[in-house]
Amino acid sequence: MKMKMRSLATALLILGSLLSSGCVSTIASIQDIEPWVKPYERSNLADPIMSANRNPIALAYVKHVFEAREGARGADGGAGGGCGCN
Amino acid sequence: MKFKLINSFTSLALAVFVLLALTVSTASEASAPVKNQPASDFTLKSRDGDNRRLSEERGNIVIVNFWASWCGPCREELPAFEEMYQEYADLGVTILGVNVDDDSSKADVLLNDIDITFPVLYDPNGEVSELYDVSAMPTTVMIDRDGNTRLIHKGYKSGDEKSYEKAIKLLLRE
Amino acid sequence: MAEQGAVVVVTKSRWLLFVVIACVSAASNGAVLPQDRSDAMYHSYSGDGVTIDGPSVLLRKKVGNNVSVSANYYVDTISGASIDVRAQASEYQEERTETTVGGDFLHNKTLINVSYTNSSENDFEANSYHLGISQDFFGDLTTLSLSYSRGDDEIRRRGDDSFLEEANRQKFGLGLTQVVTKSLIVGVNAENVSDEGYLNNPYRAIRYLDEDSARGFSFTTEVYPTTRVSNAFSINANYYLPYRASIYGNARYYTDTWGIRATNAKVGYIHTIGDEWILDAHVRFYQQDQADFYRDLFTRADEFNIMARDKELSTYSGVSAGVGVTYEWAFSAASYLKKSTLNFEYDYMNFDYDNFRDATDDAPVGEEALFGFSANVIRAYVSVWY
Repeated sequence: MKMKMRSLATALLILGSLLSSGCVSTIASIQDIEPWVKPYERSNLADPIMSANRNPIALAYVKHVFEAREGARGADGGAGGGCGCN
Repeated sequence: MKFKLINSFTSLALAVFVLLALTVSTASEASAPVKNQPASDFTLKSRDGDNRRLSEERGNIVIVNFWASWCGPCREELPAFEEMYQEYADLGVTILGVNVDDDSSKADVLLNDIDITFPVLYDPNGEVSELYDVSAMPTTVMIDRDGNTRLIHKGYKSGDEKSYEKAIKLLLRE
Repeated sequence: MAEQGAVVVVTKSRWLLFVVIACVSAASNGAVLPQDRSDAMYHSYSGDGVTIDGPSVLLRKKVGNNVSVSANYYVDTISGASIDVRAQASEYQEERTETTVGGDFLHNKTLINVSYTNSSENDFEANSYHLGISQDFFGDLTTLSLSYSRGDDEIRRRGDDSFLEEANRQKFGLGLTQVVTKSLIVGVNAENVSDEGYLNNPYRAIRYLDEDSARGFSFTTEVYPTTRVSNAFSINANYYLPYRASIYGNARYYTDTWGIRATNAKVGYIHTIGDEWILDAHVRFYQQDQADFYRDLFTRADEFNIMARDKELSTYSGVSAGVGVTYEWAFSAASYLKKSTLNFEYDYMNFDYDNFRDATDDAPVGEEALFGFSANVIRAYVSVWY
C-alpha cells in the first residue's frame, strides 16, 4: 500500500514537472516552447460553464455534505481556466 | 515508513517548484511589435462592412486595441476608449477596436449595450492577433503618425486610461 | 516520537515550499480577481431520519484594482434523529452557524486568498484560518496553487458541563491546473491533513456484547487515536463541446493513518439552451475501506485501547446522482447589475454499509440487517453579478 502511494505521488509530481518544463530536458529547449493556446483563443475556456467554481456557495455546501458523512477529506478543489486576462 | 513517505513527497514537490521557477525565468518575451519600429500593416473587415487598412491611417495617431466579448477587463476598458475618441478624434487620433471573438456576432451583442463610435474590426481567425503577438487580453498598441509603434500596453486595470491620455498628448505634440 | 519528528520535518519543508513559491513571481501581466457577486441560497438535506436546512448568503465586492473582499453567512438547523441517535437516545434540535470572511489580493500573476471561518453550535466551536496562493505561468496556461489551513475546535457535550476537549487541524494543499487545448483543462490536486487532540464525536459509542443487557449489547464511548494524518490525490478534467456544452469529471484516492482507504469518481455533463438555460447532470461513486479500529460489535467494553463504531469509519459505498437547472438574465453591460441567475439543484444520495448494522433491528445480536439510507439534498438560490 505504501509503495503504491509513493509511486502515485511520484507519478503526479513527474506529471507536474513535465507540464511545467514543457516536456523537454534542456533549458535552451524550454525557451523555444511557446504557449500553444494564445490569450485571444481562450473564448471556450472563459465560458462560465467551464469554470470549476461557477457557483461557489452551492459547491461549498455539497462538499460539506459529503465530507461530514464520508471518511475521506481533502484534494477536492479545482481551479484554472478562465479568461486568462491581464 | 510513514516518515519516509511524507519526506519523499515533499522533496519531489520541491523539485517541481524549482522546475517551474526555471520555466518562468526562461520564458521568452514577445517578438513583435517592437517599439520605434514600423507597425505591421493589416486589413480587416469593419463593423460598417467595408475593409479598413492600417496604412491608410498614416498621418494620424492610431490606437489599436485587441478585445473580446468574453474578456472582463476588455469590456471595462471600451467606454474609456470611447471617451478618448470623442475628445481627440478631431485632433487626428483614430482608435481601431480589433475584436478577436471567433464568433463576431457576440461582439455585436455587446456593442448594442456599450455605445462605440470608433471603428470596430473583426479578427475572428486571430491572424492580426498573431501578427501582433498578442500575449495578453486586452492589448493596446499606439502607433505614431509615421506608422511606428510607440507604446505596447498589456492588460487593463482601472486607471490605465490616464496613461493612454498622457501618451496621446505626447504624440500629438510631435 | 517518530510521528512527531515526521510532523516537524514536514512543517519545515512546507514552509520552505511557501518561500520558494512566493519568490517565483513572473514579469509584467497578471490574472483577474473573482467577480463581484451576491448569492442567497436555501439548502436542505433530508435523510436517515434527519433534516438539516437553512440559508447561506454570500457577498463579494472588489475594493480598488487589487483587492476583493467576501463574506458568507451560513446556518444549519438540525432536527430529527439519525441511526446513531435512534440506537441510543431520542430526537433533538440544534442549530449551527458558520461565518466566513475573506480577502483576495492580486499582484501581477499572483493571487493570494486569506479567510477566517467560525462555526458555532451549542456544543461545538471551531475557528479556522486559510491561506491560499495561486500563480499563473507559461502564458497563463499553467496555474500552480498552494494552500494552508489551520483549525482549532472546542468540543463539549450536551448534559455534561464539565466536558471540554480540543482538537487542532492543519491542511497543506498543492494543485496544478493546465490548459491542454482551447477546449480542455486538466488539474491535479494533493492535500495532506493532520489532526490531533480529541478526534471522536462525544455522542458516538461502540457497542459490545453484554449478556446482562436486555438487547444483548451495551454502549460505551468510543476511544480514538489522538492523531490522524491523511493524504488525498485527485485529478480533474473539463472539456468544452463545440455546441456550448461541457463534460467534466474527477477522481480521488484517499488514505490515512487510521487505515481508511477511499476512492471516489464523479462525471458530469453541462448542456446549454440558448443564452438563458444551463442544465447539469452528474453522478458520483464513493467507496471506502474501514479504519483499523472500527468494529460494528466488540466482544467486551475494553477489548482494545482504540475502538470506534462511527459508520463514517466503516466499509461502505455510496452513489449519488443529481441535476441542476440555471436560468440567466443578462442585463446591459453598461448597467450596475450585469447578470442574475435563478438556480435549482437536486441530488439523491445513497449510502450502503458493508459492516455497520442497524442496532434498532429486531434480530439476534451481530446479525442485524446491514444499514443503509438515502438522502435528498436540495439547493435553491439566486445570484446577482454587479
